[in-house]
Amino acid sequence: MIELEGLTKRYGEKLAVDNLTFTVRPGTVTGFLGPNGAGKSTTMRMILGLDHPTAGNVRVDGRRYQELKDPLTYMGALLDAKAVHGGRSAYNHLLCLAQSNGIPDRRVHEVLDTVGLTPVARKKAKGFSLGMSQRLGIAAALLGDPRILMFDEPVNGLDPEGIHWIRGLMKSLAAQGRTVFVSSHLMSEMALTADHLVVIGQGRLLADTSMADFIERNSRCYVRIRTPERERLLDVLSTAGITAVEQDGGLLEVEDGEAERIGELAARHRVVLHELSSRQSSLEEAFMQLTAGSVEYHAHTGQAERAGQAGQTGQAGQAEPAAAPVQPAVADMKKES
Amino acid sequence: MSTPQTPLPQAVPSAWEDGYTSPIPVVRTHLGHALASEWTKIRSVRSTMWTLGVYVLLVLGIGLLFGLIIVNSSSEYQGGENPLALGFFGLLVGSVCIITLGVLTTASEYGTGMVRTTMTACPSRTRVLAAKAVVFFLVAFTVTLFSAGVVALAQTALLTGNGARQPTGEEWLKGTVGVSLYMALLGLLSLVMGTILRHSAGAITIMIGAVLAPLVIAAFMYAQSLEKVQEALFNYSIPSQLAIFYANSDGPLRDSGPSGWDPLWIILGVTAAAFAGACALLQQRDV
Ligand SMILES: Nc1ncnc2c1ncn2[C@@H]1O[C@H](COP(=O)(O)OP(=O)(O)O)[C@@H](O)[C@H]1O
Ligand SMILES: [Mg+2]
Repeated sequence: MIELEGLTKRYGEKLAVDNLTFTVRPGTVTGFLGPNGAGKSTTMRMILGLDHPTAGNVRVDGRRYQELKDPLTYMGALLDAKAVHGGRSAYNHLLCLAQSNGIPDRRVHEVLDTVGLTPVARKKAKGFSLGMSQRLGIAAALLGDPRILMFDEPVNGLDPEGIHWIRGLMKSLAAQGRTVFVSSHLMSEMALTADHLVVIGQGRLLADTSMADFIERNSRCYVRIRTPERERLLDVLSTAGITAVEQDGGLLEVEDGEAERIGELAARHRVVLHELSSRQSSLEEAFMQLTAGSVEYHAHTGQAERAGQAGQTGQAGQAEPAAAPVQPAVADMKKES
Repeated sequence: MSTPQTPLPQAVPSAWEDGYTSPIPVVRTHLGHALASEWTKIRSVRSTMWTLGVYVLLVLGIGLLFGLIIVNSSSEYQGGENPLALGFFGLLVGSVCIITLGVLTTASEYGTGMVRTTMTACPSRTRVLAAKAVVFFLVAFTVTLFSAGVVALAQTALLTGNGARQPTGEEWLKGTVGVSLYMALLGLLSLVMGTILRHSAGAITIMIGAVLAPLVIAAFMYAQSLEKVQEALFNYSIPSQLAIFYANSDGPLRDSGPSGWDPLWIILGVTAAAFAGACALLQQRDV
């Protein structure tokens, strides 16, 4: 379990992480989603005690990371796959990490096997592709068989087979009861792996919700209709109490409409239809809408106060994706200094 | 605390004891683990082997070359001089290698980003630096002792046939163990500098500059009023201090500047101060 409380990091003028409060729980894959530069890596560095928070704190099972006496057997992390000494072999890289935590040497062979790097174990890391480096980083994270795992954009550079493998790996790690915290800037990736979702933008918490809820709340369902008899159909629909919105190209869209009912109505009134389909807007769209809001409101440079965040999670049932997180933050905007 | 309102399917809230328990025995890590790790690191990269190899070649090559030149030259070796003194030149040139290796031990991790992995595996930053320091110091000392020892033996053998005297016990001690300690400390100072600057090329340049600059500057100080400064620069420059280990133990004491084992205490003090500063910086900075 990882608990963040008001975690804030400022680099000079730049507020990289802004008052983040959330909890990463065991037994699930928690996705950490945000566009590039949102502050995901910075947050992870603070969790690992590498960067000092400007304010707030973060606890790993109730303790600061620096207080862990057996860090690698407690928590494994992949931050930057290319952050290895190029002249060292994969085996020696893992060996020096194992030794630093008193982990038996046989684990090095085991994790090399797990990630499929055994054939190149004695090769220098310099010659590794990004995908192989990611695997080496994952091997390092798994070395201590830790109960908490954290991966920063692990699928970057992996081939489709590798991506498939890592999705399965993360799910199985969580199924064993481990805490799995994984970041990505791709909504589609998160939708496939994460059970729980934490979304940030410009360092601020935008959503902290279960994946199922997020999908339900953010995927807009509508019925799309194409017809040569637009006016007649609009009449028929409005008499039946259905509101259709005219779109570009002569299309009609009905929010949360039932295609069956609309089709039957059209048939009864002998309106010709060229297209009738149930559709769902993509999660990627919902995500972009969510984070676009954070960019827009960032211009005010106000700090989202604690109340703002509480309000945001409190309004979890709202239908409008962007409105819920942003509005309370604006309402509680305080002038700095 | 704002926890999510939505119920989580499998999560058991606020129970840290729950979740996965590893079959791997949990070990309370200590300095010994960090030492083993740093030893693996230093021996598993080829640049270490190259730098040390070149170092040994320079010390042996230059040392033996000077010995042979003097043996074969018609002029007799001055009977009163310390015959070990010819080892000085090899070490002076070789100091570039020791400085490079020292700096790379720490700074290269910043260059590659490996330092984040290191500090994640061992969150005690002082422990990491201490382990690096110990491993590097022992490697540098051992290698220097071997090379300087071989050169000293060879030169005594060559020169005593040419009329030079046998070195005294203290001269032996200073010319082998003494210079080895001094060179290892010079490398350790470079290692600490690598941590402070976190930049390989910058730290190497500064350290080589620190070795050479005082002598070069002193050489161009003609002005009478600067005589004292010139003398201090000369006496306390690293080459001059290294040369003190080869001074005649029964020769006349110099009227100013360090003598005897002083250079060792000076560099020890400087390195200790730099080490303390580096530790403070490590604690304070983001990795
Ligand atoms: N060491 C640093 N110094 C200055 N600015 C930084 C530093 N690290 C990150 N930043 C800035 O903080 C912001 C968040 O970065 P990061 O955490 O890397 O985002 P993400 O991982 O979500 O892409 C970015 O604007 C980045 O430029
Ligand atoms: Mg990042």
